[in-house]
Amino acid sequence: MNLPATRQDQNYLFDTHSISAWGLLRLREQLENGLPLTPRPYLTLAERTGLTEQQVMQAVSQWQQQGLIKRLGLVVKHRTLGYRANAMAVWNVPDDRVSELGKALAASPVVTLCYQRPRRLPDWPYNLFCMIHGIDRNRVQGQLEQLVHEHRLEDIPHAVLFSNKAYLQRGGRYVSDR
Amino acid sequence: MRLDMADRQLIDRYQRNLPVSERPYEDMARELGLTEAEVIERLSALQEQQVLSRVGPVFEHSQAGASLLAAVAAPDEQMDLVAARINRAPGVNHNYAREHTYNLWFVMTAPNEDTLEERLDELEHQLKLPMLRLPMVEGYHIDLGFDIDWEALP
Repeated sequence: MNLPATRQDQNYLFDTHSISAWGLLRLREQLENGLPLTPRPYLTLAERTGLTEQQVMQAVSQWQQQGLIKRLGLVVKHRTLGYRANAMAVWNVPDDRVSELGKALAASPVVTLCYQRPRRLPDWPYNLFCMIHGIDRNRVQGQLEQLVHEHRLEDIPHAVLFSNKAYLQRGGRYVSDR
Repeated sequence: MRLDMADRQLIDRYQRNLPVSERPYEDMARELGLTEAEVIERLSALQEQQVLSRVGPVFEHSQAGASLLAAVAAPDEQMDLVAARINRAPGVNHNYAREHTYNLWFVMTAPNEDTLEERLDELEHQLKLPMLRLPMVEGYHIDLGFDIDWEALP
């Protein structure tokens, strides 16, 4: 079966016995907007998608086990709480060290996201990205200096891109386009 | 924004592992010593106050579809305008100003890679600005459910 919003190699995600594939697709679309705040949210979702409450709960559990859903819970807007200094620190790490260093930096409690992305020369020489959701700029600068020191990154070219404004922040829409 | 103890506990306890049960908010209430109605009210209020963007699943982007971090270099005086155009493009879910020549950074998602490319081509054509396209090569830590440091907040 080929669903428009499913990668061809990932049809297993829809292998949830006897549940209508379109019902599941509608469920994913609904879930991208979050869980309804009704006493029985899975029943509300069932009513919106033509599934049963049991089927909705089964699908959500299965997607968690399969890793399609990586976490189920409250999604915080850190800026509202006072995390005003969001820094993206980027490094130009030799290719043979990027994986090892990425894992090491990801283990630091101040690093909230960490990943490798391609360089785009000449404009963009950096291949390792770390996010720090900091409370103020000075504190983040201190945390960065400590990271550089701990991981011996003194000789690795880097840049820090602070963000002072979020124009948009919401969940990913993979199925729905709204 | 200062939150009371019950709101903090809700956030501390339920950024992950929200129950999959018939009455999840009742289960949460029992654990935190609240009523189901209180949990629902608090969650609604936190959403309204923009403390929460939603209650719900965070999808793993590599399984959910296609996704990419992109950046454009907008002239300073046009940043708001360009940002508004980016926000209107289909599939954009994060868009931040950052201090760099590439000063607008956004995440775009789509059901598949081809659609994503088409959307980016269209946006690039519309904006007529240099654009970096930076797909993820490898993730080392990509879950944003970190513990809130309540004491350090203003």
